[in-house]
Amino acid sequence: MNKATPSPTPLQRDIKTIVNASLPRRHAAERRFRRYGLIAVSLGLAFVVLMFGNIISKGYPAFWQTYVQMPVQFDPAVIDPQGTRDPQVLQSADYAALVRAALRRLFPTVEGRLELRALYGLVSSGAALELQRRVVQNPELIGAEQEIWLLASANVDTLVKGNIDRSLDESERPIKDNQIGWVDQLQSAGKIEKQFNTILFSSGDSREPEQAGIRGALMGSFYTLLVTFLLSFPIGVATAVYLEEFAPKNRWTDLIEVNINNLAAVPSIVFGLLGLAVFINFFGLPRSAPLVGGLVLSLMTLPVIIIAGRAALTSVPPSIREAALGVGASKLQMVGHHVLPLAMPGMLTGSIIGMARALGESAPLLMIGMVAFIVDVPQGFADPATVLPVQIYLWSDLPERAFVERTSAAIMVLLAFMIVMNGLAIILRKRFERRW
Amino acid sequence: MSTTTIEVKANLDKAANAEVRQNPLSSAQITDYDHRQTVGKITVDNPKMICRDVNVYYAEKHAIRHVSLDIGANEVIAFIGPSGCGKSTVLRCLNRMNDTIPICRVMGEIRLENEDIYDKSIDVVQLRARVGMVFQKPNPFPKSIYENVAYGPRIHGMVNGKAEMDEIVRASLERAGLLKEVDQRMNEPGTSLSGGQQQRLCIARAIAVNPEVILMDEPCSALDPIATAKIEELIDELRENYTIVIVTHSMQQAARVSQRTAYFHLGDLIEIGETDQLFTNPKHKLTEDYITGRFG
Amino acid sequence: MFAYLFLSLLLLSAGAYHLGRKRAFAVANGHIRKLHSLPSFYGSYAALWCFLPALIVFGLWATFQQGFIIDLVVAGMPPALRNLPPDQLNLVINDLKNLIGGNFVSSAPDPAMLAAADHYRHLRTIGNTALWVTVLSLAILGVVHAWRAISPTLRARNRVEQIVNIFLIASSTIAIFTTLGIVLSVVFESILFFQKVPISEFLFGLQWSPQTALRADQTGSSGAFGSVPLFAGTLLISGIAMVIAAPIGLMSALFLSEYATPKFRAVAKPTLEVLAGIPTVVYGFFAALTVAPLIREIGASIGLHVASESALAAGLVMGIMIIPFVSSLSDDVINAVPQSMRDGSYALGATKSETIKRVLLPAALPGIVGSILLAVSRAIGETMIVVMAAGLSANLTANPLEAVTTVTVQIVTLLTGDQEFDSPKTLAAFALGLMLFVVTLILNIIALHVVRKYREQYE
Repeated sequence: MNKATPSPTPLQRDIKTIVNASLPRRHAAERRFRRYGLIAVSLGLAFVVLMFGNIISKGYPAFWQTYVQMPVQFDPAVIDPQGTRDPQVLQSADYAALVRAALRRLFPTVEGRLELRALYGLVSSGAALELQRRVVQNPELIGAEQEIWLLASANVDTLVKGNIDRSLDESERPIKDNQIGWVDQLQSAGKIEKQFNTILFSSGDSREPEQAGIRGALMGSFYTLLVTFLLSFPIGVATAVYLEEFAPKNRWTDLIEVNINNLAAVPSIVFGLLGLAVFINFFGLPRSAPLVGGLVLSLMTLPVIIIAGRAALTSVPPSIREAALGVGASKLQMVGHHVLPLAMPGMLTGSIIGMARALGESAPLLMIGMVAFIVDVPQGFADPATVLPVQIYLWSDLPERAFVERTSAAIMVLLAFMIVMNGLAIILRKRFERRW
Repeated sequence: MSTTTIEVKANLDKAANAEVRQNPLSSAQITDYDHRQTVGKITVDNPKMICRDVNVYYAEKHAIRHVSLDIGANEVIAFIGPSGCGKSTVLRCLNRMNDTIPICRVMGEIRLENEDIYDKSIDVVQLRARVGMVFQKPNPFPKSIYENVAYGPRIHGMVNGKAEMDEIVRASLERAGLLKEVDQRMNEPGTSLSGGQQQRLCIARAIAVNPEVILMDEPCSALDPIATAKIEELIDELRENYTIVIVTHSMQQAARVSQRTAYFHLGDLIEIGETDQLFTNPKHKLTEDYITGRFG
Repeated sequence: MFAYLFLSLLLLSAGAYHLGRKRAFAVANGHIRKLHSLPSFYGSYAALWCFLPALIVFGLWATFQQGFIIDLVVAGMPPALRNLPPDQLNLVINDLKNLIGGNFVSSAPDPAMLAAADHYRHLRTIGNTALWVTVLSLAILGVVHAWRAISPTLRARNRVEQIVNIFLIASSTIAIFTTLGIVLSVVFESILFFQKVPISEFLFGLQWSPQTALRADQTGSSGAFGSVPLFAGTLLISGIAMVIAAPIGLMSALFLSEYATPKFRAVAKPTLEVLAGIPTVVYGFFAALTVAPLIREIGASIGLHVASESALAAGLVMGIMIIPFVSSLSDDVINAVPQSMRDGSYALGATKSETIKRVLLPAALPGIVGSILLAVSRAIGETMIVVMAAGLSANLTANPLEAVTTVTVQIVTLLTGDQEFDSPKTLAAFALGLMLFVVTLILNIIALHVVRKYREQYE
């Protein structure tokens, strides 16, 4: 060999062979480790896909609702016996009787109280309201006969979507054999159709699944988030500006900082307790109103906005501040005219993310009473309301298959909002990102 | 030597000699930016490592251009040049540390004792056990002094048993000139040492795996003059057993510690030769300008 | 109605701003430079004088008006109603409020109540009119005062900046007030609770069945308020969650930061973050309707009896929720280890996994421990998943296949029924809340402290 290194080294053995011997084991360990990492990431991604897939598959059918076409005769004797066309009379007429008559017309052979009751159970109780709406809007209908698509009952809807096991014994099903027979007849006659479920978006909560919608919850969420934003954004920005630009470095400001960091990690339910004890009990604000909900959520969102705001302010380079002060601006002018506009995109991004989180919160709102069954759509900040996540929570307890569908659909709507909001935040961040 | 080795060596010598020029270049010829010819003798009699036509690209940027040189066994060779000239890049090619940078592409031939280190059959793990590296800023692991030095031998499975490991650690620390200072506190964290001691710890750590070549990337630039002197002394002692390639931005240091010096400029190897001769009588105008302080 | 008043006030203030500015120009008489501050500051000065005093009065009046009127109405009621004990008086007042709001009342309204309701409406109309008048006149007076004060030597900018400063400082102290509010309200109610139930029983008792007698003469069921089964349940479910989240989160973070190509990382990292953004209600729904029945079926098929609300189901889903916490916090921590450390290890000939296992992880260990502590704190405080998927009865067990209940579930159950505010049941919820707050606070402080010290090491 060459007269290279004399090697009076501690090891007398041949290093190359030793290292070579260790290589296969080490490379195998390397491959194993890498595989574990890949498995872990894949598991995480699989969970995401699984959850979304599960919810979408359950919720997608809820966007279509079964309707039955029926020959409705707008019998003047029932609607307006006196012929006065008085709106009060039209309003309070017995439209359910018209529905029942139409059903009997479809199946003239059905008789007997039990059988008839089963027949009437094919159509939703909301069908009568639909007829009422049409007549009041257009009294010309009185005396006419029309084929009208009316809302089917939840059981029929579930059956038509194929979610009832026909092989089960009759006593184990919510829908009876005779009803199944009629539905099949209607289907073969082409009188059953699935239409887009606008009720989901236009009506509030209801005991009947086919009439239940999320409008009340959507409006409640809207008002609550509005209150949250109006309170937490200005206060959060003000606090961030103060802590970053004006506050002297003393123990008091340290305390405030520590406080904010801790608040950001406090479980949300504790904020609910705070809201209950202070806002509802001590101040006597109305329970279950978006105002109180917004107050509680704004306290929760404040730390998020403050921390994001401070990060945004820190990223503005000191040279900008010095330049402004150098031309004679006061500190407030420097902050307001120069620093804040530059930091605003970052603050907005943080706020949007905070709002998205607030949108999905339900635990603290349960504490302040938003668990009630509220049918009316809230009109203002002090009306009793519920929010979308709480609505999902309430519906998830109900066993009917139709409610399971709707809960999943409501979850899809909620997730859609979250995706839009987070996407907006990301777009905002990318568009206004500056490299100093 | 085997016949293949002789043949290869002959071919390489032929290639090298074909590129040697004996006369200094005039200023007019310096403007040939495409391909500067290296001035001076790039070959040695007993090369430990050989570089031929090495080109390095960072994405689209051609950072190192057509560098060819030999590194002799048991010598200290210094790479000098103004900042940004690529000396560290060339150094990092020698133990394939540039592999850790995704956008970096290395082309050309680099051989350690006639094995092309970029060949597919070469295991980079083994290569780095044979070619060690000491970095600019001392980077001891957040472990005890003992564990820092023991790290290399342990992962390569070089040792059976504690007694042997103790021996290796102590021997490496002694070679690095650190044993006396840390003998009583082997279990203290490596980060509790002073800057100069940390760098010597890193040298001991590199020695512990018994490399053949030690690469040093500006090892003294973060140290005070006394620590620097200690390390330069150490380099002289280490020369007995190892081949050392040192990158330095201090010409005086290169003059003090090395036998041969290579001057790099904007990615080209301008001149290479015996240290004494390069510093007193540089053959290339650029070398002369750098040494006399006209730039850099 | 109050909204209209507020809007009117805002409009007035906007008008005041313009007036103030004009006035500033007027007194300057052409020599603008003689003014101490920019004209806009004089405008703001006027606007603030218009807005602030009126707003303060508005706020106070509106807050206390209702209570004040109710007191007057009660005083005007017949003695029979007026002298009722406080609980029943509250019921009467509730009925009154319902009558006024046009909602249904509990029983047929008697004439005294109707009269009281009329009285209330009458008083309220007077009160509101007076409010409007007072607020608007105060606003106008404010503008007049500012108008007269505006002169070239008036340091409007300083005044305005002072007010803005006060606003900024006040905003900052809201964080403190919130913490204070939480601590005080929870502590206060807990003290009331500990007067009724001894603290030793609460902390060390093994029985939790918070049934108390509703009426004084009801026999049986004195409540047992031992919280140990609740904490045990919380720990069991959080433990299962961490067993799932910690390895998956940590290994994902390692893979994504050390092994993954930039393209893979750019897709995988945000997707994992999505798990953090999903509302917990959705996780609860998933746990209750999909995971729990699945686990029960699997258990049945291999002969194990699994409760329909097993701790395993809740813990599993909670673990999925926490994965991104561990993953992103660990990612930050691992990236904080300087590259020089990795380089030193690679230069010695170590493989990537050896570098990670022997250099990176020990170096990053404090940070990783901190992030795990934060994740544990999150798991302990989680509410919706356990409310929907875990059980309601306190069960002291270590078997994940049984149903257990947690602290957060009990807080929710105790407070979402119809109870009075002072019964031991509702107060127990506050005591539980206090414990939860204290435990998570300690965990968070330790975690943040550990992570900060670790960061300092590398900076």
